[in-house]
Amino acid sequence: MAVLDAKIPDGPLAEKWSKHKFNLKLVNPANKRKYEVIVVGTGLAGASAAASLAELGYNVKAFCFQDSPRRAHSIAAQGGINAAKNYQNDGDSVHRLFYDTIKGGDYRAREANVYRLAEVSVNIIDQCVAQGVPFAREYGGLLSNRSFGGAQVSRTFYAKGQTGQQLLLGAYSALSRQIASGKVKMYNRTEMLDVVVVDGKARGIVTRNLVTGKIESHSAHAVLLCTGGYGNVFFLSTNAMGSNVTAAWRAHKKGALFANPCFTQIHPTCIPVHGDSQSKLTLMSESLRNDGRVWVPKAIGDKRKPEDIPDADRDYYLERKYPSFGNLSPRDISSRAAKEVCDEGRGVGSTGKAVYLDFRDAIKRDGRNAIEQRYGNLFDMYQQITGQNPYETPMMIYPAVHYTMGGLWVDYNLMTTIPGLYALGEANFSDHGANRLGASALMQGLADGYFVIPYTLGDYLASNKFEAVNSDHSEFKKAESETLATIQKLLSIKGNKTVDQYHKELGLIMWDYCGMARSAEGLALAKERIRTLKEDFWKNVNVIGANEELNQTLEKACRVADFIELGELMVDDALDRKESCGGHFRVEYQTEDSEAKRDDANYCYVSAWEFKGANQPSQLHKENLVFENVKLSQRSYK
Amino acid sequence: MRKLNLTLKVWRQKDDKGKGKFETYKLNNVSEESSFLEMMDILNEDLATKKIDPVAFDHDCREGICGTCSMVINGKPHGPLQTTTCQLHMRSFSDGDTITVEPFRAGAFPVLKDLVVDRSAFDRIIQAGGYVSVNTGVSVDANEIPIPKDIADEAMDSATCIGCGACVAACKNASAMLFVSAKVSQFTLLPQGQPERHRRVQKMVAQMDEEGFGACTNTGACSAVCPKEISLTNIARLNREYLTAKVTAQEV
Repeated sequence: MAVLDAKIPDGPLAEKWSKHKFNLKLVNPANKRKYEVIVVGTGLAGASAAASLAELGYNVKAFCFQDSPRRAHSIAAQGGINAAKNYQNDGDSVHRLFYDTIKGGDYRAREANVYRLAEVSVNIIDQCVAQGVPFAREYGGLLSNRSFGGAQVSRTFYAKGQTGQQLLLGAYSALSRQIASGKVKMYNRTEMLDVVVVDGKARGIVTRNLVTGKIESHSAHAVLLCTGGYGNVFFLSTNAMGSNVTAAWRAHKKGALFANPCFTQIHPTCIPVHGDSQSKLTLMSESLRNDGRVWVPKAIGDKRKPEDIPDADRDYYLERKYPSFGNLSPRDISSRAAKEVCDEGRGVGSTGKAVYLDFRDAIKRDGRNAIEQRYGNLFDMYQQITGQNPYETPMMIYPAVHYTMGGLWVDYNLMTTIPGLYALGEANFSDHGANRLGASALMQGLADGYFVIPYTLGDYLASNKFEAVNSDHSEFKKAESETLATIQKLLSIKGNKTVDQYHKELGLIMWDYCGMARSAEGLALAKERIRTLKEDFWKNVNVIGANEELNQTLEKACRVADFIELGELMVDDALDRKESCGGHFRVEYQTEDSEAKRDDANYCYVSAWEFKGANQPSQLHKENLVFENVKLSQRSYK
Repeated sequence: MRKLNLTLKVWRQKDDKGKGKFETYKLNNVSEESSFLEMMDILNEDLATKKIDPVAFDHDCREGICGTCSMVINGKPHGPLQTTTCQLHMRSFSDGDTITVEPFRAGAFPVLKDLVVDRSAFDRIIQAGGYVSVNTGVSVDANEIPIPKDIADEAMDSATCIGCGACVAACKNASAMLFVSAKVSQFTLLPQGQPERHRRVQKMVAQMDEEGFGACTNTGACSAVCPKEISLTNIARLNREYLTAKVTAQEV
C-alpha cells in the first residue's frame, strides 16, 4: 500500500483551488461523450454530480435504492445551508466560514478541503436560486438568513424547516432534465452490492434489482459513490430506514481505505426514545436553538410540571457553561452537556433521558405568530409524534445519532485509494473533522457534486488510458457470483432470530460503548460482543423468502451484515484514538471542566484503515494533518 | 400508557402479476406511542418469527418528508389524519379496532408486491418539464433578482409537495392534477420559471395524460388528504396556465 497522498496543491490557501483548477487536464467536448460514469446514490451529492456531469456531456448511469431519486435522505435535512455571502454585513467571509468549520471540527479536517468548501459555498446559493429553489426571503425580496450552532454570524440560508427537501428537489429537477435528454440513465430500486476493479482501476459495479432480485453488472470509466453516512449502525438514529453503509463497505473490502470511522455525530435536539419498539429517532432542527432555551431542574427529582418550575429553580446549563455561544453551542458540546445533566439525575420525562427546550421567553418576546412563522412545521411535527403542544409546554429533547463525519478516505480530488473510485458528500470523510457544524452537510454535498467533481473527474479521465472493458469481463462475472453466493448463504441459514433482532443488538452495543462516551474498557468489551454477534448472525439469522423477488428482509440482512463488520472497525478506531476530539469523547481524556482534551502531539492525523481480509485485523495508515493557517487551540465556546 | 389489541386486514399480493387478497392478522399489546409503521414492524417481526413472509411496504425517512410511505388505511390514503402514514400514531386508534390496510390504488400506480406500488409515472412527469433549464455554473448573484416575500412564500407552499401520490389514490378518477399543478405553480410564480412557462405546462400535462392518470372533476378529495396541504388554488392556476399556453403559445 502506497503512502497516503492527499494531493493538496501548493501555494497559499486562498489560491490552491483556482490554481489547481487551471492545472487539471480537460476532456474536450467531443470526447466527453466517449466516457461513461456511474453515480451511486441520488442525494444532494449524487444528484448534483450526475446532473452536472451529464450537462458537460458525459454518459451517466445513476442508481438509487429508493423508488425515486427524489426520496434520497438529503430530503430530510431541515435547518439550512451555510454560505459565506455576508449578505447580513455581520463580518462573514470565506475565511471566517473556513475557520469556523475547521475549529468546529476540532482541528481534525484538512485545511485545503475546508477552504475550498467555504469558497464554493457562495456559488451553491446562486445555482440553487437559478433552479427555482424557493429560499426564505425578506419583505424587500432579498434572501433571508439565520444563525446556526458554532457560528457568530448569520450565514444560513433556508426554506422553512425543509431546506434539504428544496435543495434536493432542485438537484432532482436538474437530474430529471438530463434523464429526459438521454444523458443520464436512471436505475430506481437498484442497490449496489459490489465495486469491480479491473487492472487496478474501478471499472463498474454489481447491483441487485430490488423488484426482481436480478444481479446485474454495469461497466464505466469511473464510479462515484454518493451513498451517504452509516449512522444506522446504531439501529436508532435520525437516518432514514434504508440508509446504509453497504456501497462504501463493499468498496472498502475491495481496497478503498476507510477514514475516521469512529467520528460520529450525536445531535443534541432529537425527540427522546419512548420504548423498545421504536424504529427511528426524529430530529428537531438545530435552528430551534435560535429561540429555544435549554434547561433542566436545578434539583434532582424535581417532578413539578415544567410550567410550574420558576426560573430560580431552573438550570439553563448551556447559557451557564458557555455564555458567549449559549444555546447555540456546537452539537458535540451540547450533546455531552445534556448527557451530563441526565447522568446527574436531573433529566426529565418518563425515562429521565430528556431535557427541556423551552420557547416560553421567545413567545413572550416576539409573539406566538412570529414563532409559528419560523418553526410552525417543526412544532406540528413534534406535536404529531409526542401528542404534546410545544407552544404551551416545553419540548423534550435528547441527543441521538445523526451524521457520520467518517467515511471513505479521499484525496483533494475526492478520489479514494482505488483509482477511478470517488466518494462524495457524507460518504467521504473529508471536510468536517471530528464534528460537523449545523447547515454544513448540505453545503458539502452540493459543493462536491456541483463544483468539485466536474473538474477533478475530467483530469483523471484525460490522464489515463482505458482498456475496453464491458460487463462480460471475468472480474464482473466473478463479482456477480460472489454477490449471489453471499445472498444464497443468507437465505440458506434459516435460523431462529430475525434480522432486526441482530440490528437492535448491534445498535445497543454501539450506543453503550461507542456512543457519546467511550472508554478503553468499554470498547474492548464491545469488540468482544460484536464478534460474538457476528458469529451468531451467520449461524442463526432467519431470512425469509427468495432472491428472485421483492424481498425487504433480504435487503435488510445484506445491510446488517455490513453494519456488523463496520461496527468492529469503528471500535478499533475509537480504541486507537487515545484522545478526545469533537464527537469522539474518551472519558480518560478530558480537561478539568469535562471538555474534550485533544492530543495534538500524537493524534493530529486522519486514521485510514485498510481491509486485510475476513477476520483479519485492519491495518492503520496515517495521514498527518498540517495546519499552516490556523493555530491549534483548545476549542472554547465560553 | 394505553396498549391496543388490533385486528389487521392487510392486502397481500405476491407480485405485479399475482391476484391479491386480504389476510387477517391479530396483533396484541401495541403501545399507543408507536407510529403506524412501527405497528407494521411489530406485525412483521411477529410474522417472521412464525416463518411467514413479512408484509412488504414502502417507507424510508419516517419523518413525513421523503414521500415514500403509501398505504390506504381504513379507506383513506395515509389514514384518518391529514398527514403521512409514518406520522400517524396508534393513539389515533382504539383498543379492539379492525384496521384495513391496502396499497394506493390507481392504474398508473401498479402494485409491485403487497402494499408497494410503482410511482415512477411521477418521475416521468417531472422529466417532461418540471425544471428550470439551467446548467451548473450560474454566475448571477442570488440576490440579483429580488422576489417579493409573499410570492416566494406561495412558491414554497407549492414546492412543499412530497410526491407521495395520496392525491391520486384519493381521487375517484385517479387524477394527478394536484401533483402536477404544485410543480407548475412553483415555477409559474417565480421569475426563474418564466422563460419555459408555456412549454413546461403543456409538456407536463401531456405526460400526465400519457401515463394514464384520469381527469380532474374538482371534487377536492386530493387536497383533503394531502399531507402537505397543497391547496386547490394550484389546480386553478394550472388550468389557467394550460389554457393560456394553448391559446397564445406555439404547440409543443
